[in-house]
Amino acid sequence: MNMLSEAAVEKALDKKMNEVAYKMIGKDVSVYYGEKRALFDVNLNVRENTVTALIGPSGCGKSTFLRTLNRMNDTIEGCRVTGKITLDEDDIYDKEIDVVELRARVGMVFQKPNPFPKSIYENIAYGPRIHGLARNKADMDQIVEASLQRAGLWAEVKDRLHEGGTGLSGGQQQRLCIARAVAVSPEVILMDEPCSALDPIATAKVEELIHELRANYTIVIVTHSMQQAARVSQRTAMFHLGQLVEENDTDKMFTNPDDQRTQDYIMGRFG
Amino acid sequence: MTDVVSSPAGVLAKPARRDIGIKRRYAAERRFRAYGIAALSFGLLFLALLLWSVVSKGYTAFQQTMITVPVEFSEQIIDKDNERATDPQKLVTANYPLIARNAVAKVLGVAETDRSGLRAVNQMISDGVRGQLRDMVVANPQIIGTTQTVSLLAAGDIDSAFKGQIDLSVSENNRKVSDQQVGWMNQLAESGALGKHFNTGIFVNGNSSRPEAAGVGVALIGSFYMMLIVLVLALPIGVAASIYLEEFAPKNKFTDLIEVNINNLAAVPSIVYGLLGLAVFINFMGLPRSASLVGGLVLTLMTLPTIIIATRAALKAVPPSIRAAALGLGASKMQTIFHHVLPLAMPGILTGTIIGLAHALGETAPLLLIGMVAFVANYPTTPMDPSTALPVQIYMWANEAERAFVERTSGAIIILLLFLVVMNVGAILLRRRFERRW
Repeated sequence: MNMLSEAAVEKALDKKMNEVAYKMIGKDVSVYYGEKRALFDVNLNVRENTVTALIGPSGCGKSTFLRTLNRMNDTIEGCRVTGKITLDEDDIYDKEIDVVELRARVGMVFQKPNPFPKSIYENIAYGPRIHGLARNKADMDQIVEASLQRAGLWAEVKDRLHEGGTGLSGGQQQRLCIARAVAVSPEVILMDEPCSALDPIATAKVEELIHELRANYTIVIVTHSMQQAARVSQRTAMFHLGQLVEENDTDKMFTNPDDQRTQDYIMGRFG
Repeated sequence: MTDVVSSPAGVLAKPARRDIGIKRRYAAERRFRAYGIAALSFGLLFLALLLWSVVSKGYTAFQQTMITVPVEFSEQIIDKDNERATDPQKLVTANYPLIARNAVAKVLGVAETDRSGLRAVNQMISDGVRGQLRDMVVANPQIIGTTQTVSLLAAGDIDSAFKGQIDLSVSENNRKVSDQQVGWMNQLAESGALGKHFNTGIFVNGNSSRPEAAGVGVALIGSFYMMLIVLVLALPIGVAASIYLEEFAPKNKFTDLIEVNINNLAAVPSIVYGLLGLAVFINFMGLPRSASLVGGLVLTLMTLPTIIIATRAALKAVPPSIRAAALGLGASKMQTIFHHVLPLAMPGILTGTIIGLAHALGETAPLLLIGMVAFVANYPTTPMDPSTALPVQIYMWANEAERAFVERTSGAIIILLLFLVVMNVGAILLRRRFERRW
C-alpha cells in the first residue's frame, strides 16, 4: 500500500467521510509487568488518518497502551500482554507476525529526541536501508529529501546533511526523529509525549507538523498537555488507573465529556 | 534566607539560627583537599623515585663498549689446510677468538710469547666475537687473508669498568679486572680504539650468559606473539560473551552465578592461571613447553574477565534511547546491537582491551609455570618454538651475578615500560578517535 500517493490519500479521506475506518483495533487489552497489572481490559479503536490523543495522569497506562501498538513492550523484561490488537485485520500479537515488519508499519517517536550519533543523512537513511526500501543511492537521496520535506526540516538542514544529527537544536532533533520514522513509510506513527522536552516555539512547529502528517498517516499521541491534545487531535482517549475512562471526539471531550473523571482531570482537579 | 516568620505574639522577628558551624564545614573541606594533595604527592614521589632508580641504573645499558682494531683474517688460523671448498664446517668451527685476541694484542704490543699477557688480553674481549667474526667470514669468505677494521665486543667486565661501575680502589685480587687490563683499557681509549657505541645488541640479541652479548630480542618476539594471540582470541571471545550476557541472556540465577564467577576470575592470582595452563595446555593437550602459543593461551584466559567486565560496562553505558530508536524503526535486536550499540561502546571496549593487554604484557608468574623461564638464544620462528617474554627476561637477568647484568635488567625494564606507555597512549588515542557525542 503506497500511502504517499495522492490518490490513496483522497480515497482514504473519502472513506473517512462516509464511514468510520479503524486502522487499529484494541480489544480487551491488558498489560502486566510481572505481577503488577498496568492495563485493565482496554477497548480502544484508532481511526485511520486521525490524530488520537491519549491523556491521563502520570502512571495511568497511556504510554503502556501506546507501546503495545508496536510491541515495544516486548523489550521490557517480564512484560505480558493479553487481549487482541489488530492492524488492518492482522492480529499483531499473532505468532505469524514478524515484530520487525510490524514496527516498520507502526513507527514511533519518543519523548526525548534520540537521533543516532551519526549524520543527518544517515539518521534518515538507516530505516530504509535495513528494510531494503532503496535500490540505489539516488533512491536513497530521494527518500531522505522527501522525509525531511515532510518533517519540515529540509530547508533548515539541506546544506548540512552530512553533519551530525546530535548537533541540531532540540526541536530540530525531534523533527529529525519524526522524519526518520516517516522514512520507512509507516502506516501508523506513535508519539510518546513528543514535545515534553521542547520549548514552546519548537512545540508549535511539531504540532503543526503532526497536523500535516495526518493526511498520510494515522497518528496516536500521548500528551500531558490538555491544550496540546485539544490543538492536534480529533479523537481523545482518557486513561485513569490503567483503565480507559472515555474515548470521544476531542471537541466533545473538552466541552462536554460523558464521564465526571474526565471533566475533573481536564479542569485540573486531579492529575 | 530572607523569610520572616511571625512570632506567636504577632511581632515580626528574625528566626533564631541554629549554629551549623560554617567555619567547621569549610575547615573540613580544606582538610580534605590537603589530604588529597598529600596522597597525590606521595604517589608522584614514589613514581619519580621508581623512574629515577630504573633510568639512572639502566640508561648505560643502551651503550656498549667496543674495541675497534684492524683484524687480520689469517688463513693460517682459519683454514690452514685450505679445506673450505670441500668442508664448509671448517669456516664455522674455526678459532675466531684467537684472531680477535691477536688483533688486540698486536695493537697493545703484547709479545706472542707472553702467555699470561695474551690470556689477559683474551679476557678483555667478549666470547661473542666468535659469532661476530664467523658471520663475517661465512657471509664473505673472500676476506680470508685480508685485514679489516672491526669493532669487537668488549668483555662485560671491561664494559663495566669503562662505564665506571667497578670500584678500582678495591684490591686487585678482589675484582674482576686487573690493573694491567685497566691500563690497556685506558691506553686503547686514549688512542680512540676503545669507546662506547649505541647498543643495538640489547634489542636484537637472544639471551646469553655473557652480559655484553645478551639482549631482549627473543623476549620481544615472544611477547609480540603472545600479545597477538591474546588480542586475536580474547577480544572476540570477550566481546561476544559480553554481548550475549548483557543483551540476550535471560536474567536468572544461572546468569547471576556466571556474573559473580567472572568478577571473581578477574581477581584470581595469575599464578593459578599458570597452573591451569600447565595442566590443560601442556599436560593434557600436549602443546610444547616454553612456547609463546601456550603463553598466549594462558594470558588470554587471564585477560578475558577484564575484557568482559569492561565491555559489559561499556554496553551498559549506551543510552537506552538509542536502542529504543533503532528497535522502533524495525531494526532487529542483532541489527540494533551491531549497528548502534557496539559502535557507541567501542571506546570503552578498546580501553578495557588495551588495559588488559598491558596487564598481560607485564605478567610473569603464569609464564614461569609453563616453562617460559627457559634460556633461549635463538629467535623463535613460530609461536610453537621455545621463546621467552620481556618480564620473564627481566626476572632472569635480575638473578644473574655479573655486574653488567644489573644495568641490563634496568635497561630491559625501561624497554618494557616504554611498551606499556605506548599501549596506554594508544588506548587514549583510540578512545578519542571513537568517542562520539549524543
